[in-house]
Amino acid sequence: MATDAINYYRNNFLKEVEANVEEGHWVKMCMQCGVCAGSCPLGNAWEHTPQKIFMMIRAGKRDEVLASDAMWMCTSCYNCIARCPRELPITHIMHGLANYAHRLGLAPKNQPTRKFAILFWNNLTKKGRVNELKLGIALYFMNGLVNGIKVAIKAMPLGMSMMKTKRLSPMEILGGHGIKDTSGFHAILKKAREIEDAKMTKFD
Amino acid sequence: MCDVLDIKLNTIPDWNCCAASIGYAEGGELPRLALSARNMALSEQASPGQDIVATCAACWLATRETKERLNADEELMKETNEALAAGGLSVKADQNVRHMAEVLIEDFGFDELGKHVKKPLDGIKIAGYVGCQTNRPFGIDGESFENPKYLDKLVETMGAEPIENYDKKVSCCGGALAFSEPEKSQALIKDIIEAAYDGGADMIVTPCPVCQLNVEAYQNDINAKYKTKFNMPVVYYSTLMSVAYGKDRKQSGLDGQIITPKQLEEIAK
Repeated sequence: MATDAINYYRNNFLKEVEANVEEGHWVKMCMQCGVCAGSCPLGNAWEHTPQKIFMMIRAGKRDEVLASDAMWMCTSCYNCIARCPRELPITHIMHGLANYAHRLGLAPKNQPTRKFAILFWNNLTKKGRVNELKLGIALYFMNGLVNGIKVAIKAMPLGMSMMKTKRLSPMEILGGHGIKDTSGFHAILKKAREIEDAKMTKFD
Repeated sequence: MCDVLDIKLNTIPDWNCCAASIGYAEGGELPRLALSARNMALSEQASPGQDIVATCAACWLATRETKERLNADEELMKETNEALAAGGLSVKADQNVRHMAEVLIEDFGFDELGKHVKKPLDGIKIAGYVGCQTNRPFGIDGESFENPKYLDKLVETMGAEPIENYDKKVSCCGGALAFSEPEKSQALIKDIIEAAYDGGADMIVTPCPVCQLNVEAYQNDINAKYKTKFNMPVVYYSTLMSVAYGKDRKQSGLDGQIITPKQLEEIAK
């Protein structure tokens, strides 16, 4: 009984966020004023606004927070950072939480921004620079072939005008641009990932 | 524009993409910061002591954030250099990281920028759309986050007329979410364009390449969905300046516009 009570009040999730989430040590500073929620361009689309997420972390709601669709709605406009009276780096905490949930495999599988972010990162790290044409095509087809054909047909006029104005090169399909030192570039990213992984604290 | 002002930009040799603000999900913290740190390391080697100047809001933000975080956190600096060493590089993060708008305003100033105007953009009404990442979290020194004035001053300096009280001046266009959440982003873009029309603008000008693309490119989709008749040109500030500086259509980048700014085309003829 006594142990149950102690376990109930020992909030491991706040400690976990502080240890493993980018800028997570700021979460305890939120005073629940709600300016972030009111300043967010997609505030109406969030299942849980940032100040709710912060309170949920402090209440130990691990599953609800990490499985939330909310952090993925961040457009990185930095309005919340500019306005937060406690100067919390809210944008970065949202990015950190999204990354952590994704890393643990707990982020919502079909979240479109999660899918796009993975496509973007894989596209850019392959050759060091983004291949816009391949990224665009991958984006159209990220929800399957049939849906992709529909989306691609709908986006065709835009694609054509981008090519006509030379803002998108059809030649990118043949490999496209990249950096020269790809092996050094890949070695840097691999090492950076190793260092970051080694720093993760285990929480059960 | 740089040609007229005698600004010489040296490309960072073998630069890589900074992952903008969508790199967090797969990249995490250190790999993401390592991307910008690699660019800074290459720049320190090739152009020691020079400022790094970004013409893209997201590049500027990612690089400056990396610089500031490395300078503020010894452990992060050590880890970043450990990662860079795997590719034979090291970083000090001692160069200034600046936005081109800062260079124009701080190093030249509006008076100097105005001296080079050959074809004042008389009678053109312009909504100065500053957007997010040129403005927050760093912004231009001395300007407010809520109502920065520099873009309006620049418009005025080029002989055009900035519209007053453009209430979507610092609103978000959705950024990268224009790709993954098109409906939500297009609702934001619709308001940005509508407010420009409400203020009587002939066109929108912006210092951010993502804003430029998002606000210009989706007007057909928005018209189809909201039954609007938007046909609002959206130009990058350097296009506007180049036209005022007497450059032709191609030199000013007008051939890259999806929606033609007819008044600028006339002047650039």
